[in-house]
Amino acid sequence: MAVVRVQTEDFDIAREIDALRGRDARIGAVAAFVGLVRDVNDAVAVSTLTLEHYPGMTEKALAGIVDEAKTRWEIYDATVIHRVGELKPTDPIVLVAVSSAHRGEAFAACEFIMDYLKTRAPFWKKEQTPEGARWVEARASDDEAAARW
Amino acid sequence: MITLVYLARLRESLGVPSEVVELPSGIGNVASLLAWLRARGGAWASELAPGRAVRVAVNFAVAESDTPIRAGDEIALFPPVTGG
Repeated sequence: MAVVRVQTEDFDIAREIDALRGRDARIGAVAAFVGLVRDVNDAVAVSTLTLEHYPGMTEKALAGIVDEAKTRWEIYDATVIHRVGELKPTDPIVLVAVSSAHRGEAFAACEFIMDYLKTRAPFWKKEQTPEGARWVEARASDDEAAARW
Repeated sequence: MITLVYLARLRESLGVPSEVVELPSGIGNVASLLAWLRARGGAWASELAPGRAVRVAVNFAVAESDTPIRAGDEIALFPPVTGG
């Protein structure tokens, strides 16, 4: 069963990958992506980033994205953990990890899950900057990245 | 009754996180609901104006303008998502 979690606290990448692997000797590859808070966005300094989501829909949307990845690639399982609440630069935001027999499937499915998450999962970012707070605008490049699949 | 939920920037600009309203007669889908909300004027008219990027979920699933709305539904309105 895929692990899908939305949480305020940090995640332990090694522990999550261990849990994803288990003792399954069919697994020959685990690909993982970790998204982090940067200290600059659109040339403006960011002191904190506050993430909100839509409880009830978020987990369902993430599980649906993992299911879609499973229909497209021969992967065994996936872990998606997304943080919400107030974060600061260098904090981890999101972990996506995928297990499969071979690296090609794991890499592709991991990138797909991230691209779909960025355009379909109900999360929103608000930045604190020297000029005040601002909501992050969606990027056309994210839509283009998701449309590739 | 239907539950309306406003998220992120929309919650702030409309000034309300959620509301429970009687399903207005003649409101059968997302497009007609948006038109009804716009008729409130002010921020409702400007934030939900045609051409503004407003996303809608009905019962926690992404909806389109022709997605049906029925009594008991939870309808969320929000800007394009920016997670990850």
